[in-house]
Amino acid sequence: MPVQDGNALAGPLSEVFAVEVTSAWRLCPGCGTDSTVGALRVYTMGTAAVARCPHCGEIAFRLARHAETLWLDFGGGGALRIPVTG
Amino acid sequence: MSGWTVARLVARTKESDTARTLHLQVPGWPGHLAGQHIDVRLTADDGYQAVRSYSLSAPADGDQVAISVQPAPYGEVSPYLVEEFPEGADIEVRGPLGGWFVWRPDRTEPVLLVAGGSGVAPLVAMLRARLALPDGPAFRLVYSLRRPQERWFGDSLDALDGRSDVAVDYAYTREAAPGATRPVGRVRQEDLLIDGFTPAQRPLCFVCGPTAFVEHCADILVALGHRPDRVRTERFG
Repeated sequence: MPVQDGNALAGPLSEVFAVEVTSAWRLCPGCGTDSTVGALRVYTMGTAAVARCPHCGEIAFRLARHAETLWLDFGGGGALRIPVTG
Repeated sequence: MSGWTVARLVARTKESDTARTLHLQVPGWPGHLAGQHIDVRLTADDGYQAVRSYSLSAPADGDQVAISVQPAPYGEVSPYLVEEFPEGADIEVRGPLGGWFVWRPDRTEPVLLVAGGSGVAPLVAMLRARLALPDGPAFRLVYSLRRPQERWFGDSLDALDGRSDVAVDYAYTREAAPGATRPVGRVRQEDLLIDGFTPAQRPLCFVCGPTAFVEHCADILVALGHRPDRVRTERFG
């Protein structure tokens, strides 16, 4: 299955987040790897995508679009650390 | 900027026999960082929509941005953009997008760019952003491509001749340019072991291209001793 980087989801994620979330950091609860969302491995099938830890492959989140609905499933995918100003 | 906005095609310029750069006017464009991309959305008469991501290949020029497109065989979007989408027509875009695979002009460390084929687009945007500065860090582009005729951004790259602070090396994989001394073949370790850009100098590395190319080159860079978090990648999939 073709793999892309988290960068590729910047557009769809911009529909959900007020911040540029591919620059946010994710601490993987599976292996402890700290990586940006932009550096996650993304596997896309049709209108759904799975983002995984680049080191251990644990699922970070799943994103799917069905008609007028956007699903974002974080499951047990760990925490995002988002730099903010102020 | 999260919503879709309407852009107009103002010009289409040639990068190779098959690839074209599309110059789009986007009213209210907020500017962007080199390495960012836009999403492009086409809507068919029956309502079917297709969205594709394209790297911005040049710094913003007011409200004009540029994307460079290689038509994919049997693709449903790229051949249309390259061959049919008429100048003066409108298209929906969203962006600028992404904040990780970017080069910010206040960075001071050397920058090593590794491009496979059309993956050169966001890397040339970074190179052009560096060239817009009166002074700045050393840049080196290693550009892997099948043969010389497939090179993009020829004028910009030829303008680097004679410079040492910003330079380009070509790694031809099938057919070399006349006079080239490097044997043809995929990128090797020695192609990426460059004075001024070794792990000791802690360069920022950006690798962009097809997935297999990106993984091959990123593995070489990490094996050479570059820290994985300083090797930023963008795979086409």
